[in-house]
Amino acid sequence: MNIVVCVKYVPDATADRRFESDNTVDREGVDGLLSELDEYAVEQALQIKEKAENPDDVKVTALCVGPEKGVDAVRKALQMGADEGVHVTDEAIAGSDAVATSLVLAKAVEKIGSADVVLCGMSSTDGSMSVVPAMLAERLDLPQVTLASVIESQGDQVRIKRDGDVATEVIGATMPLVLSVTDQSGEARYPSFKGIMAAKKKPLETYALGDLGVDAGDVGLAAAWTEVTETTERPPRTAGEIVKDEDGSGATALTEFLASKKFI
Amino acid sequence: MSEVLVLIDHVDGAVRKPTYELLTIARRLGEPSAVFIGPSDKAGDAVEAVKKYGAAKVYTVDDADIKGYLVAPKAEALQQLAEKTSPAAILISSSFEGKEIAGRLAIKLGSGLITDAVDVQEGPVTTQSVFAGNFTVQAKVTKGTPIIAVKPNAAAPEEAAGAGDVEEFTATISDSAKKAQIVASQPRKATGRPELTEAAIVVSGGRGTGGDFTPIENLADALGAAVGASRAAVDSGWIPHTFQIGQTGKTVSPQLYIASGISGAIQHRAGMQTSKTIVAVNKDEEAPIFELVDFGIVGDLNTVLPAVTEEVNKRK
Repeated sequence: MNIVVCVKYVPDATADRRFESDNTVDREGVDGLLSELDEYAVEQALQIKEKAENPDDVKVTALCVGPEKGVDAVRKALQMGADEGVHVTDEAIAGSDAVATSLVLAKAVEKIGSADVVLCGMSSTDGSMSVVPAMLAERLDLPQVTLASVIESQGDQVRIKRDGDVATEVIGATMPLVLSVTDQSGEARYPSFKGIMAAKKKPLETYALGDLGVDAGDVGLAAAWTEVTETTERPPRTAGEIVKDEDGSGATALTEFLASKKFI
Repeated sequence: MSEVLVLIDHVDGAVRKPTYELLTIARRLGEPSAVFIGPSDKAGDAVEAVKKYGAAKVYTVDDADIKGYLVAPKAEALQQLAEKTSPAAILISSSFEGKEIAGRLAIKLGSGLITDAVDVQEGPVTTQSVFAGNFTVQAKVTKGTPIIAVKPNAAAPEEAAGAGDVEEFTATISDSAKKAQIVASQPRKATGRPELTEAAIVVSGGRGTGGDFTPIENLADALGAAVGASRAAVDSGWIPHTFQIGQTGKTVSPQLYIASGISGAIQHRAGMQTSKTIVAVNKDEEAPIFELVDFGIVGDLNTVLPAVTEEVNKRK
């Protein structure tokens, strides 16, 4: 069985994120890391492998499309336990929208070949669109089994619990398929010391667009199907009034505030 | 005037509030044509509902062939409808499923896609709130038919009499789209409180509740509000994940958000940053949530909330 886990290299969400003058995200000024929500995807890939009848027959490949430093995301996945890594990096990709990102990912998955499961996180922590897994399913013409909080796989059958917007659903499909998992799917493991050492010897391939047969004109900022026209830093909310509660003064003040705003 | 397709968000024919917001927005961009994908015998209810919010047309797509499969068939049906009508824009609710439909549709139609729009004006030009609310971004689609997924509470629904001319549409669903089966579906239990993503007021609890949400629930009921929770509360098993507000849960944008015992981590802020008025009650005066508030109380929510609840009930 071949599992390809897509991992994104993102600016640290807790840092001060900003935009460049061309309205793209500033990647230089902020440290990057493997997107937290993709750690859950790596974890589930490893769990599928560990629970398989013959774990040695399951290969987990971590795939990252991103800037040069994105190799760190692949390395982290290898340290967690992925078997091989693939890093697709090319200056032409910078500024890509989700449509182009999904194109490059899909071509990379095809290049890696024979993927039974394409595993993703539920969303990136920077773009937060939650559309790439569905787009991958569309491009690869595979069933989409997405937003899983519980995953069961047996042979080539996968069943998930999906907490939909109005209902909880059980979704089932046969491999090959695209699977995305939520942060409810199970805590992601920390790389062990052994894992960190072992990762150094694992195969890590680097590809540029040409290796995937993707035209530079189909990706990047200029090729995007959307355009950010303006970014505005929100003025810090004018410091609100903070009251220290003393003998019920807090409740009184809050009630007055709510009344003044006509909520009560 | 150009048609604007609006995908009706409904449960068995009962139209959900965000659809009325989408129709209101659609009227800024063209003539709203609502799209009902559901059981034919429930279409009538939906048609009556969307007519009141300006739907000039309603396309009804029977879902017998669609309902057992996840997302893909809806995207195919919308694609076929869009190819027939060449709309000025396509509006979909920015729920997780809505975004997946929108994402697939973007590739099918070769059209740009914008998600989580908190406003849409003529153009269409969208507004999004990003990076935990630190930036607002204006954007537009530059290729194909703009596909815009819009967050609840992006617009106040405005009633307007629409003709609601019904046109049945038959979609041809490929075998490819039927590979992810919906094996079982359990509807969410009604909480008796407003739907979290649509509520005008949300009262949320976090780690500071210590597991007891009673003060939160009582205040919510006094205010007619929905109850929400932080990730800490959900991870501790105190409240189900459907109540989680934040990056990996629900996003809300109510008129009033009261965060109780919630520190205000960035992942939480991502889920409520666009709330119009933000109030927090927390024992810790250093809690990051206080940077966001219009009004804050440094104090014990177990003392403050019940007292406020009592006052609110008295004033009713």
